[in-house]
Order: sequence, then C-alpha cells, then structure tokens
Amino acid sequence: MNLRYYTSALTLELDSTRCVGCGRCVEVCPHGVFALMHNVPGGIGSLPHARRPHRQSHIVARDRCMECGACALNCATGAIRAGAGVGCATAIINGMIRGTAPECGCGGREKSSGCRGSNCDGNN
Amino acid sequence: MSACTCSPIAGGHPDGGFIPVQSDWTQADWLGALAVRLNVGRMDYRVAPGLYAAGRPDAAAPVFVTANYKLSFDHLRRALRGLDAWLLVLDTHGVNVWCAAGKGTFSTAELNRQIEVTGLSKVVSHRRLILPQLGAVGVAAHAVAQATGFTVIYGPVRAGDIPAWLNAGRRKDSAMRTVRFSFWDRLVLVPVEIVNGRTHLLTLAAVALVLALIRVRGFDPLLASSFAGYATLLLGSALAACIFLPLLLPWLPTRSFSIKGATIGLILTACLAVLAPAYAGSGFWAVYQGGWAIAGSALAAGAIAAFVGLNFTGATVFTSQSGTLLETKRALPVIAGAAFGGLALQIIGAFCNNPS
Repeated sequence: MNLRYYTSALTLELDSTRCVGCGRCVEVCPHGVFALMHNVPGGIGSLPHARRPHRQSHIVARDRCMECGACALNCATGAIRAGAGVGCATAIINGMIRGTAPECGCGGREKSSGCRGSNCDGNN
Repeated sequence: MSACTCSPIAGGHPDGGFIPVQSDWTQADWLGALAVRLNVGRMDYRVAPGLYAAGRPDAAAPVFVTANYKLSFDHLRRALRGLDAWLLVLDTHGVNVWCAAGKGTFSTAELNRQIEVTGLSKVVSHRRLILPQLGAVGVAAHAVAQATGFTVIYGPVRAGDIPAWLNAGRRKDSAMRTVRFSFWDRLVLVPVEIVNGRTHLLTLAAVALVLALIRVRGFDPLLASSFAGYATLLLGSALAACIFLPLLLPWLPTRSFSIKGATIGLILTACLAVLAPAYAGSGFWAVYQGGWAIAGSALAAGAIAAFVGLNFTGATVFTSQSGTLLETKRALPVIAGAAFGGLALQIIGAFCNNPS
C-alpha cells in the first residue's frame, strides 16, 4: 500500500538497548514498519554481552506508522513507545467540542459517524 | 453503555458446553452482511460471546479468537471450512476486532475472562490461542501468557488468509501481515460514508433552501429551481466527496485529506460553471452565473468537500492520530472561513445577479 500520511509528528520510538529480538512487533505491525535484522555495530546498546540477541528489531518504514499501538502493547520489555489513538478527524473534532480526548463513539451502542468502524468490518 | 443484547445464533449455550457452528453462509448471512455494509443495523449485529465448535474439534484442535460482531464471526467461520477448530468469541459489544481492540473491549482482560468463563483449559489440552493480528492493538500477548498460561499467536490480518497461513506452517508473509486499502476496500466504504452523513446532508438542504429564499426574495415561482440549484451545489459537493474521495484517494493531490476533498468540490464547481452560461436566466444555473456567485460556489463546494475529506481520515487504515491532529488544527479554520465566505458571496451574488 503506497498511501502515506503526515509523518512529522509521529510518536514511534524504539529503544534498542531494551530490544531482545523476539519479533512480536514485526508480527503485529499492520504496515511493515519493523524488521528483524542482524545487529550492526553500535545497535545492541547496553545489554550485557550474554543477553545480546542475535537479531534485533529495526524501524525500516517509519513513515508508514499509523500509531495503532499494537507494537508497544505487545513489547514485553517495553522497548517501544507509540502514542496510540484513532487517526480520525471526526473523533478529534468531537473531542474538541466536548473538551475530552478524541472519542469516536463507535464502540458500545452509540450510533455515531466516522471512526474506523466501516473499513475494518471486512478484516479478521 | 447498556447491557449486551446479544442473541445466540444457534439456540444458546448448552450447560457448560459450546455452540456448534456451520462454515457455510446462509442467505440470511449474506443479507445481513449486505445490510451492515449499507449501515443498516450495523451497531447491533452480534453473536453471543463464548466458545463455539466448527466441525468436530477435539482437545488438540486449534482455538481461534474473534469479536462478537457477527460479520467478524462469519468471516472467521467461513475461513475455517473443512477444519475442526474452536472459536472463542469475546464480548466486544458487537464491534469488529480492530475497532474493539482500539477501544479496549477486545482486550487482555476480556480474553482472560472468556478463557476462564468457558473453561477453555479443560476443553483443550494444548495452551495456544490464535488471535487475529489486528487484535494486537488491544491484547498484550505476554500478559495473557502470564495470567492464563495460554501462548498467543497472531494470525493473518484477514480471516480469508487463514487456510493459506495454516498451509504455510503458520508463517505469515508480508501480504498476510499488512492491511490493504485497495480500490475494492475503498469502494465498500462509500455507502456507509453516505448513510453516516445523512444529518449533514439535511443541514445542507436547509441551507440551500434559505439561500434560495434570499435569492428569489421569498416565495416565488423561481423558488423551486433556485433551491434545486443550491441543493445541487451543496449536496452535490458533499456526495461527490463521499463517492470520489475514497475511490480516487491515491490519485488526488497531496497527503492532506482536506485538500484532496477540496479538489473534488472545485472540479465539480468548475464543470457546472462551464455549463452555466448556456442557461442564462434559469433559477437553477444562477448559482454559477456572475463572478460573485461562481466564487461563492467554489468556496462553499470546496469547504464542504474538504470537510468530508477531513472526516474520511477515520475510515482509512493508515492515518496516525498525530498526523490527523496536525491536519485538523490546520484545516478546520480554513474550511470554516471558506464556508462562511462562500455563503456571504452567494448572498452578495443573489443581490448583484438576480434572475427575477
């Protein structure tokens, strides 16, 4: 998928000193932002020698990040930080009006417009 | 939020047991899928949470986890045709996996709860769960393992890829891992976009009526055609954006959804303005006659289509919250300014170029 959005404010951060190379982030990212790669000098950071993984995760396509937060939530060592939230202007405008955090209201029984509701209906 | 009003699809839970489920879709399933695609009853299309059996699963059969949105459930059971498997359905209040995960109903806590409630550890001998990949937004695999002893494997994004994924030894290729947003994926969003926007469309119709009343100075034989002219402009730009923005998304200029939308509104106005001189004196076409009216039409149509465009961010699969916040803060004042400017110019145009 070649579509890209604004990337200047992206919050994704990977702390390679904590990465143990388990590959969960690669497994869960829906946009192929991460890849497990053999370590390059300087990439393994401060892990004790015995615990240095053979391979570690690297951000290879930062501009595809949509801040869904799956990688950060599933990183057992807390190596990834990503501000999770909906990329939905309707939710942001609703939040501005109500003075709350962005809230699309498509959960529960509320019948509101927008949100990702319609597009992920077809996904697993 | 009120209590869940789920209705079991196959007669309810036998005591402590599970519900058998068919892989094939019936006519009712197809009609239901069509209805929710048209936004009919979409927020109330559910199955009962719990444990279901596809085929004749035994203690070694794999366990697939899904949401209790019936369309999610139906896609999964259809993908499992010919397989013996367990389906563990979480209570997501009838919301699909990805949205529910984002909202915290398809969550670690709910998964742990359903494992407990269904007695899954007594039903199966292994300790592995297969979750849809997009569920990872709400479930922390390591936390599930810690609490329940079950290891989480994230399967493909789309249920339809499950057979291929199983054949490949439960290995995902990059296509199975990636959400796509193809022409077809965008096309199926159009009906929901239009139905969701119905209250906005009524508001625009009311604005069109007020503008027409101003132009023809109250009730006049030309009122109907003038109203039709304004309605075509205002509703037309909103509908054109609802339809063409999703379809033409990759080809519309810039990364900005509001600029993509505005482009559609401006193209529509330009087309109508080119046709208008041939119909001088008509109430319908007066909206596009004279500099004031054309400028007002362009601003109004551009603002409406830009607003539709901006709101489409939430229906896509690639917009980040940080990016959307950035665009909303920049675009909203411009859109509001253009909308009010467009209205003002139309009113000025109504006095400078009055057909009656």
